[in-house]
Amino acid sequence: MPQFDPAIFSPLLVWLVVTFVALYVLMSKFALPKVATIIDQRAERIEGNLAKAEQLKSDAAAVLAAYEKAIADAKAQAQAELAKAAAEIAAETARREADFGKRLAEQTKTAEGRIKSAQADAMVQVRAIASDLAAGIAAKLTGASVDQAAAGAAVDAAIKER
Amino acid sequence: MELEAAKMIGAGIAALALGGAGVGLGNLFGSYMQGAFRNPEAQSKLKVNPMLAFALIEATGLFGFVIAMIILFG
Amino acid sequence: MAEAHSPLAQFEISTIQPFHPFGIDASFTNASLIMVVVVGLITLFIVSGMRNATIVPGRFQGMVEFFYEFIANLLKENTGSAGKQFFPLIFSLFMFILGCNLIGLFGAITVTSHIIVTFALAFMIITIVTIVGFVKHGTHYFSYFAPAGAPMWLMPLMIPLEIISYLIRPISLSVRLFANMVAGHVMLGVLGTFVVGLGGLFFALGAIPLVAIPMIFALELLVALLQAYVFAILTCIYLNDAIHLAH
Repeated sequence: MPQFDPAIFSPLLVWLVVTFVALYVLMSKFALPKVATIIDQRAERIEGNLAKAEQLKSDAAAVLAAYEKAIADAKAQAQAELAKAAAEIAAETARREADFGKRLAEQTKTAEGRIKSAQADAMVQVRAIASDLAAGIAAKLTGASVDQAAAGAAVDAAIKER
Repeated sequence: MELEAAKMIGAGIAALALGGAGVGLGNLFGSYMQGAFRNPEAQSKLKVNPMLAFALIEATGLFGFVIAMIILFG
Repeated sequence: MAEAHSPLAQFEISTIQPFHPFGIDASFTNASLIMVVVVGLITLFIVSGMRNATIVPGRFQGMVEFFYEFIANLLKENTGSAGKQFFPLIFSLFMFILGCNLIGLFGAITVTSHIIVTFALAFMIITIVTIVGFVKHGTHYFSYFAPAGAPMWLMPLMIPLEIISYLIRPISLSVRLFANMVAGHVMLGVLGTFVVGLGGLFFALGAIPLVAIPMIFALELLVALLQAYVFAILTCIYLNDAIHLAH
């Protein structure tokens, strides 16, 4: 195998050392720092953007919280207002109902009183008409005149019979 | 026995080391497949290490190859 | 390779410009050329990718950043923040090996298929790891060889084993890369000669290895990537061991 020929060892070694050292120096002093700066810059930029995004996110969350609080407050106020109005309406209704009931009862009572007196008047008038009628019918049928008192008694008896 | 013939036989025997590498590679990829089939989500995570092991196992067999080469041509 | 049909001919080093300073053979060879080209390509890739660099990356810049972040994540996952100073080393190592592996697949000589190159890289890694260990922990670093929690009577066995496994690291690290590259290229070379041989025998027969070549080539692309990755990740793991002394 040509690889095991000791004659080639020294030129290979010399040139390996020369080229590898050259590569190492080129990389460490020249090429890699360039790559490193760009990658660091990118990392910084991304970090900064992430921080900014975080900040914006927390801001948005704060705004959202404030907005929600305002909505909740308005809702609670509206609820209270509504409850107050409902209570007022209920009280008013109750008051009016009571009023109306009282007036109704009064009117009913007076109307009943009037009906009773009208009934009594009507009873008296009906009795007088009936006794007149009875006397008139009896005089027409029998020709005998019936006196007013007897007719009245008879009508009374008939009313009572009924 | 002549030296030349003995060298040939020796080189052939040294090449047997590649059989061991074959067994090792079979084991490696068999286990890799088993793992990949059991847990398909992890398959992408499991890709690098088998490659590393492949290189290491193959090298073991190639040590025998180098011995054979040294016997034959060294 | 046209005149020499051996599949090993592709690893032949040919001298372009002989050069012998201080009695050392430092000739400029085709492998040296490829190494210079790889370093140039990597530098060009990054510099031209990062020219007009913007916060939102374009396609080219995205590719450069992909490699950067890939290695950065690898290092962070394996060594934590303590390994940050080794980032240029791991990055150059990964890019160098990847570049050599890939350029070798496209016709050039594969530098990483030379054991001396991979061994030199691995030896450098282990030396750095050992130095880091001693600088960080002083002589306490020797406790690395005596794993905590192991029973006392096992120590005579454990300590030599740990020392051997520590010393064998550069060998396994270098031979792994070397063997993978050589095996792939030999395979491709052998298949190539099969195409010619079988095709000469009977024309249609040559199609069989011809179909196999793209498949092997695809596998070799994967291997080229994986071996660079494995080299980098093992370096990270060794570094982590040295930095954190966790075993």
